[in-house]
Amino acid sequence: MPTPHDVIFSALADPTRRGIFERLCRGGEQTVGGLTALAGVSQPAVSKHLGVLKKAGLVLDRHEGRQTHYTARRQALAPLVDWTRQMTEFWESRFDDLDDLLKRMDQ
Amino acid sequence: MTTTSTETRSVVIEREFAHAPDKIWRALTQPHLIAEWLMKNDFVPTVDHRFTLTGDWGSVDCKVLEIEPQRALAYSWDAMGLESVVSWTLTPSAAGTHVRMEQAGFRPDQQQAFAGAKFGWQKFLGNLDEVVARID
Repeated sequence: MPTPHDVIFSALADPTRRGIFERLCRGGEQTVGGLTALAGVSQPAVSKHLGVLKKAGLVLDRHEGRQTHYTARRQALAPLVDWTRQMTEFWESRFDDLDDLLKRMDQ
Repeated sequence: MTTTSTETRSVVIEREFAHAPDKIWRALTQPHLIAEWLMKNDFVPTVDHRFTLTGDWGSVDCKVLEIEPQRALAYSWDAMGLESVVSWTLTPSAAGTHVRMEQAGFRPDQQQAFAGAKFGWQKFLGNLDEVVARID
């Protein structure tokens, strides 16, 4: 349960970062400069936010000359919507641990 | 969006254990045993008792909803924006005990089902289905 979910949630917990991600989802590929004009924070700050989003698998970057273009990876959100799949894995592994515990309780 | 506001999703895990119901019941309701297979906790087997499951990644807020010794146990399970109910049903079987766990929760587009307001999640999750619907 923890890993991919947690990374996505913490990456999107910051309102500025969430705003950048939503803008990329709606507006398609954009440069750091283009995003800075709309984000209301400095370009280094936007770059830092993009770095966090990239690490979480939420955006992809593409270098072209001196410009870096960013696109949203919407499919990274699928685990959030399909929580059932994640929880199924979680509970299957908990059941395994429960089984181990029950065996130990015999001794 | 065309989904109904009452739609829920659930996860069901069923397994046959070669152990008697009373033993499984102990594993499900005694804090030191729960900690061995699920998470650290302050569980008390009393209806309406609120408890927290704590993992190294965060915590889950729970409340006991139903207790029927050796047969049924249910508690709410609220974590990371998901409000759900976890229900355990124990049925004696030839081999030991049939254990059924169902976790039922709400879809992300049901704003009232999400306790994420403090993180500003509601607006975001409200848009999520729309965003995900465009996934290639």
